[in-house]
Amino acid sequence: MKEVSVLVGGRAGDGINNAGAMVAQLLNHLGYFVYISIDYPSLIRGGHNFALVRAADKPVGAYNNRIDYLVALNQETLDLHIPHCPDCTVVANADLAKSIPSGQTISINAILKAESAPPITGNSAMIGAFAKVAGIPWEIVLEVFSRHMPKAADENLRVARRAYDECHTTRQVPALSGPPHSLLTGNEVIGCGLVAGGLTHYISYPMTPSSSLLHFLAGNAERLGITVIHPENEIAVILMGLGSAVAGARTAVGTSGGGFCLMTEGLSFAGMAEIPVVIVVSQRTGPSTGLPTYTGQAELQFVLHAGQGEFPRLVLAPADAGEAYRWSAAAMYLAWKYQIPAFVLSDKTLSEGTYSVDYDTLAELPVADPVLWDGQDPYLRYQDTPAGISPLAFPGRKDAIVKVNSYAHDEDGYTTEEAALVTLMTEKRRKKEVKLKEEMDRYPCVSVRGKADASTALLCWGSVRNACDEVATRLGLRVIQPVVLSPFPDQQFSAACQGVQHLIAVEENANGQLAALVHEHGGRVDVTVLKYDGRPFTPDELFLLVQEAIAP
Amino acid sequence: MTRNLITPAQNTWCPGCGNFAIQHTLKDILAGLEKEGRSLDDVVMVTGIGCHAKIADYLNINSVYTLHGRTIPVATGIKLANPKLTVICCAGDGDAYAEGLDHLIFAAKRNIDLTMIVHNNRVYGLTTGQYTPTSPLGFKGKSTPAGTTEYPFNPLELMLASGATYIARGYTRKMPQLAQLIRQGIAHKGFAFIDVLQICASFFNMTEYYQSRVYDLDGHDTADFEKACAKSREWDYNLDAPIALGVFFERALPTFDDRYPSRDMSVGERTRRIRDLFEAAR
Repeated sequence: MKEVSVLVGGRAGDGINNAGAMVAQLLNHLGYFVYISIDYPSLIRGGHNFALVRAADKPVGAYNNRIDYLVALNQETLDLHIPHCPDCTVVANADLAKSIPSGQTISINAILKAESAPPITGNSAMIGAFAKVAGIPWEIVLEVFSRHMPKAADENLRVARRAYDECHTTRQVPALSGPPHSLLTGNEVIGCGLVAGGLTHYISYPMTPSSSLLHFLAGNAERLGITVIHPENEIAVILMGLGSAVAGARTAVGTSGGGFCLMTEGLSFAGMAEIPVVIVVSQRTGPSTGLPTYTGQAELQFVLHAGQGEFPRLVLAPADAGEAYRWSAAAMYLAWKYQIPAFVLSDKTLSEGTYSVDYDTLAELPVADPVLWDGQDPYLRYQDTPAGISPLAFPGRKDAIVKVNSYAHDEDGYTTEEAALVTLMTEKRRKKEVKLKEEMDRYPCVSVRGKADASTALLCWGSVRNACDEVATRLGLRVIQPVVLSPFPDQQFSAACQGVQHLIAVEENANGQLAALVHEHGGRVDVTVLKYDGRPFTPDELFLLVQEAIAP
Repeated sequence: MTRNLITPAQNTWCPGCGNFAIQHTLKDILAGLEKEGRSLDDVVMVTGIGCHAKIADYLNINSVYTLHGRTIPVATGIKLANPKLTVICCAGDGDAYAEGLDHLIFAAKRNIDLTMIVHNNRVYGLTTGQYTPTSPLGFKGKSTPAGTTEYPFNPLELMLASGATYIARGYTRKMPQLAQLIRQGIAHKGFAFIDVLQICASFFNMTEYYQSRVYDLDGHDTADFEKACAKSREWDYNLDAPIALGVFFERALPTFDDRYPSRDMSVGERTRRIRDLFEAAR
C-alpha cells in the first residue's frame, strides 16, 4: 500500500482541525484516499491539539504512529512527536518553535507582515510550506484553496504562496491518478444518512463526540429543510423527539453515553408506546464523565439493555463513512416501519474522523414505507395484526382518535391491567421483533472481509474494523464484523464463521462486550484483544497484538 | 358529527375527587370548540403520570399518556411537528413542580404555544400520600411522618419569573370561572399556565380551607407585571392569606413554534441538496 502520513500540531484554538483538513484536501486532490483523526484535550484554549492525516492508495480508516511529515505550529508539537518519528520531514513555525533538529522553517509573523495579512490567515502559510516541501504542484494548492477556503481566498493564497516560495521540496509525495473524493466526518455522513432516510426533526443536547452532528444539522437546517432543536437536557431531548414522532415527524436524537443515561426512561416509553425514534449514540471513554474527547466502545451492552422492560430495538454499528450513511438512513426507515427505537452506535473515532467517500457509491437499503391507517374501521392505535405492526395515524388526521399510552394498554390505547390483554400486547410487540429479524436477514448485517476462507478471524464491530482490515491483509486473516447487533443476525453470523477455528475479538473496551454477545448467541470467542485507554487501535499496534494472540 | 366526549373506560377517581371538576370543565370546553366549528381531531391532550393523568383514558380525544413529569417536552415536540394542533397538557403538582420542573420553566421561557393545566392538590395521591413541592411546611405525609422540613414554592411567582405569557389560578369548586380561565388559556397564543387548586378527597382535603379564603381577582390589571408579582405573593401556598383566583398576567409575545417555520421540501430536493453537500466536500 502506498501511503503517507502528515501530522499537524499546535495549541488548542490554533485552528489545527482546519489546517489538517486542508492538508487532507491537498492529498485528496493528489489522488489519495484520506483519513483524518483529530486528537484534542477537553479544553478550548491551550493544550496540545493535533490532526493526523493518513493518505493511501486504498480507503483507510485508521492511523499509525509513523509520521512522514510533521507540520509543527509550536515547539510542543516537535517535543511530543519527534521521538516517535525521528525520520519525519519537519515543517515548523519559527516564531514558536525554536529548537528544530532538522527540516525547514518559516516565520508566520514575517510572512503575515510582508503580505499585510491578518493573523487568521497564518495557518495558510503552514499549508503552503508543507505543499512545497512535499512537492505538491501549485495548481493543486490553488484549486484546494479556492474550493475549500472561499472566504478571503486571495489573502490566504498570497500568504500560502509566499511560504511556498520560501521552501524547497525535500520529500516528494508521489501523485496518484485517482479522482478527488468527498471528505466528510462520520457525523456529517450520519447526518446526511438520517436526512436521506426521511429525517425532518433532529433534537440534541451538546455532548462530545455527538455535538458535531448537532452542529452540522443545525448549520444546514435551512438548506436541508429540517428543524433542529437543542432543549434543556437529554430527558427533554428524547421526549420531545417522541412527541414529534407521535405527531408524524421523522425524528432523531443524538448524544453520548452520559446523555443516553438520561434518555433511558424515554427509550422504554418508546418501546411500550411503539413510537419510532432514531437515537445516535456516539461513544467516548467512560465510565461517567470519563475522557470526553477520546474514544471507546463500552456502550454496546448498555444500548442493548437500556430501559426497563422488554421491547424490540434495532442497534446498528457502522464502521466507516459508507456504512454510516447507509445504516443511518436504514435506521430511520426501519424505526418507522416497525415503530421501534433504532440506534446508530458510533464512537469518537468514527464521528469525528474524516473519510474519503463517494456519494454515488452509497446505495440505500430497500425498506418499505410504514403502514398507514386506511381510514376505514375506527382507528385503533395498537391494533393487533399478524406482523404486530399497527397502522399509523397522527393527531390531526380526520376521524382518528389517537391514544398513545406508556401504561400497559389495549388496542384502543386505554390503560389496562388485565392479564390476558397484557400478554396479548407483549406478544404483539414480540411479533414485530420476529418480523424485523426476518427482514434484516435480507440485508448484509454481517460484513466478512479479508481472506474469506481463513481459519483465523478477527471479530470486531464499529470503527475498529478499519484497523482490523489492515491487520487481516497483512496476516492473511478473515474479518467478521456484525453491523447489526440487535436483533442479532444469528444465521448470517454463523455463516460468516464457517470454517473459523480461531476467533479473536478485537474491541475498545475492557470486558469484550461483543464477545459476550456472541457467547450469548452460541458463538465461541477464543481470545480477546482489548484496549481501553481512549485511543483507537493503530494497525501497527494491533498487528503485534494479534500476532501474539495467534502464536502465543 | 358530534362525538361522545367521555370514553367507556371505567373511572377510578375517588368519590369527591377534584379531578372530576377538571374533566367536566374540559369536556364542556371541547364541546364548545366543536360547536364553534373546530375539529376535535386537531386537539391533543398530553398527560403525565398520577391521578390527574387518568383523564387521558376518560376523555375521548387524541391523547398521549406520557411519563411522570414529562408532559411538556412531549407536547413541545407535537406542537413543533404540527403547529396546527391545539395542545393541552394536564399535569399533577408532583409532575409539573417536582419531576418535571425544568421542563415547566423552559416551556415558559420559550413561550411554546400550549396550555398547561396543573391539577394542584398539593399531595401525591396515586402513591398514597406524600408531600409535593406545594404542600405547606410541616405537612405530615407517609415520607415525612414528622412533617416536612421545607417550604413550598409559589408556582405563580415561578412562572412570572420564567417568562410565561399567561398565568392564572383556578379552583375546582368554581367551575364556571375555571372554564373561563382554561378557555382563555387555550385561546392565548403562547405558553398558558393555569394552576388549579383541587382537593384530594383521600389524602389532603382542603375544601374548608379554600372555601373560606378564595376570592376573585377584580379590577386587576393583567398587563402589569409588577402588580402580577405582588398579587401572586399575597398567598405563598404556606401561610394563611386570602387566595386570589383569576388571570394574574397576560402578554402577547412571539411563540417558540412561530420562530421555527415549517420547511416543506420534497424528497427529491432534499436528495439533491445532500448530493451538493458531498460535492462541496470534494
